[in-house]
Amino acid sequence: MKKETMLQLGILIFGVIAPMLIPSLSFQISILWLMILFALTWDMMGGQMGYNSLGNIAFFGFGMYICAGVQVGLYYDLAEYTSPFTTINATFTPDQYYTGLFLGIIAAAVGCVFIALILSTFLFGLRGPYFAIGTLGVALAAGELIGAWEYIGAGSGISIPVHPGEAGEKTQLFYYLTLFAMIGTFLFVKWLYGTRWGLAMNAIRDDEEKAEAMGIHTYRYKSMTWAFSAFFLGISGALFGNMTGFIEPLEVAFPTVTFGIFMVAMALLGGKGTLWGPVLGATLFHVVKEVTWTYLLGWQWVALGLLIVLNVVFFQEGIMGWMARKWPERFGLSVDSHMSRSKQSEEAS
Amino acid sequence: MSSIEIKNVSKSYGGVHANTNISMSIPSGKITGLIGPNGSGKTTLFNSVVGYHPIDSGSIQFKGKEISKLRVQEIARLGMLRTFQQTRIYSKMDCVRNMLISIPHRTMQWHEMLKPFTPELTEKAEHLLEFVGLYQKRHLISGDLSFGQQKLLEFAMALMNDPEILLLDEPTAGINPTLINGLIDRLLRANSEFGITLFVIEHNMRVIMNLAESIYCLAHGEMLAHGTSDEIQNDKRVIDAYLGAH
Ligand SMILES: Nc1ncnc2c1ncn2[C@@H]1O[C@H](COP(=O)(O)OP(=O)(O)OP(=O)(O)O)[C@@H](O)[C@H]1O
Ligand SMILES: [Mg+2]
Repeated sequence: MKKETMLQLGILIFGVIAPMLIPSLSFQISILWLMILFALTWDMMGGQMGYNSLGNIAFFGFGMYICAGVQVGLYYDLAEYTSPFTTINATFTPDQYYTGLFLGIIAAAVGCVFIALILSTFLFGLRGPYFAIGTLGVALAAGELIGAWEYIGAGSGISIPVHPGEAGEKTQLFYYLTLFAMIGTFLFVKWLYGTRWGLAMNAIRDDEEKAEAMGIHTYRYKSMTWAFSAFFLGISGALFGNMTGFIEPLEVAFPTVTFGIFMVAMALLGGKGTLWGPVLGATLFHVVKEVTWTYLLGWQWVALGLLIVLNVVFFQEGIMGWMARKWPERFGLSVDSHMSRSKQSEEAS
Repeated sequence: MSSIEIKNVSKSYGGVHANTNISMSIPSGKITGLIGPNGSGKTTLFNSVVGYHPIDSGSIQFKGKEISKLRVQEIARLGMLRTFQQTRIYSKMDCVRNMLISIPHRTMQWHEMLKPFTPELTEKAEHLLEFVGLYQKRHLISGDLSFGQQKLLEFAMALMNDPEILLLDEPTAGINPTLINGLIDRLLRANSEFGITLFVIEHNMRVIMNLAESIYCLAHGEMLAHGTSDEIQNDKRVIDAYLGAH
């Protein structure tokens, strides 16, 4: 069996049995799955296509709000439900809960695809640092606008419908949903990078003007790739909103300076533009973060900041990039001893 | 039949008249040359033809169709490709991948974009890399190749695209003199075997005289002369332009 297959199988088995082995860490590990999803979706844009988005977190927030809106809106008037002046006695039967959650997640994913396609029409006129700042602006503005929108609760947020089962059941449900979302994202990007689409993304990264001169449909690839990452981020937001139980715009839905920056940092740490880099980076980052939160309380941000600084100053290529430079042959980068195709087939026969 | 028909094209950058009233006709299936001193407006003309920038006035037709208002990608997908004077390749990808993504995008449908590359395409890419002498290096990151090798790769990428016409901006610049004859031979074969019309900017007189039947000469943004290689070689205005060039 190939090493990569074994690694994937190992992660899958760990993912499935982890909540039984270490139930107390279920929540933490489901956050890890989301972190990997973040890094993978960021890397589609930043690493593979060269468009460093600082605002991808916006889709996380949009997904969260769309899902909550559907979960509540299916059964109650959303304005009344979120209004601070009226209290309605909102209860959800298990049937209503699961229908709402299911449809909410789908709506979050599809809704984010549309938002990405609309944002594409003006943001992809920007390149380099202007694109980064433009997307950051979108994420910040989105948080502010939602914070001012009474209909969906403005700054005071929305309480998500309560899971009908025991507390442990909810954690377990969302644990497996996040695991499933992460695996789905991973398999999707792995497949995508093996298609013509994947190479077109790389071509745009390396020289967009050349790609245009070669007739590549650059806009199509850019906008749809962003839509793909928005799809998975929308799902992640929908799940995270339900995990916390209460959402509000600034800290939970649009955490630009935490999750929003983490996604970039994690991809860079593992090695951007690779399949496994974001997975590795997110795992390492999350472990360091959790350990420092537990043992270095008060210094945790310093430790994380230090990790990021060390990464970008001394280790820009990330873990996977460093490995590719150290062992190029393992990554298929080698000089062939054959001068031509024909000689090779002669020797083979 | 003419492939490209350029009529009275002018282009200036601010106060610089890079092209003034240029007219020329590029016959289909042949090799046409474009020469002129540095700064005479050759690259500017290429850029106008491939839609890299809008022209100030005039008309450019490709196979009878007006293309002067089309965008770069649209023109490329009509089957007209250019290489860059400064050589542009996808520098973080290996040579084979550079080749694979250079397949024609003319008829690419959505579902085809999501397909993997077939072994036939990889085979074609390797054949063309062998054609330009880069077979051994095909699994190296293209940005690590020498400048001359990158130039050869860019040429191979253009061939991978099956263009009808190829605009080459100084294909031999930076190529080792001992390899130039081989490159001339390959350009001639691209024309005769693959049937690609060539329109070539070149400073090396020996190269252009060996390649092109019909040669245009620009000076100071204006058309100075047009003729066969013999006519151009003996044209006093052309000789003066080159010697008097600064
Ligand atoms: N983007 C630009 N902005 C301003 N001026 C330009 C630009 N591109 C070219 N020029 C000017 O237009 C004139 C023609 O330049 P062009 O690059 O077409 O010359 P060329 O014939 O290709 O020269 P060379 O043989 O050196 O490549 C020059 O005077 C140049 O300075
Ligand atoms: Mg030039």
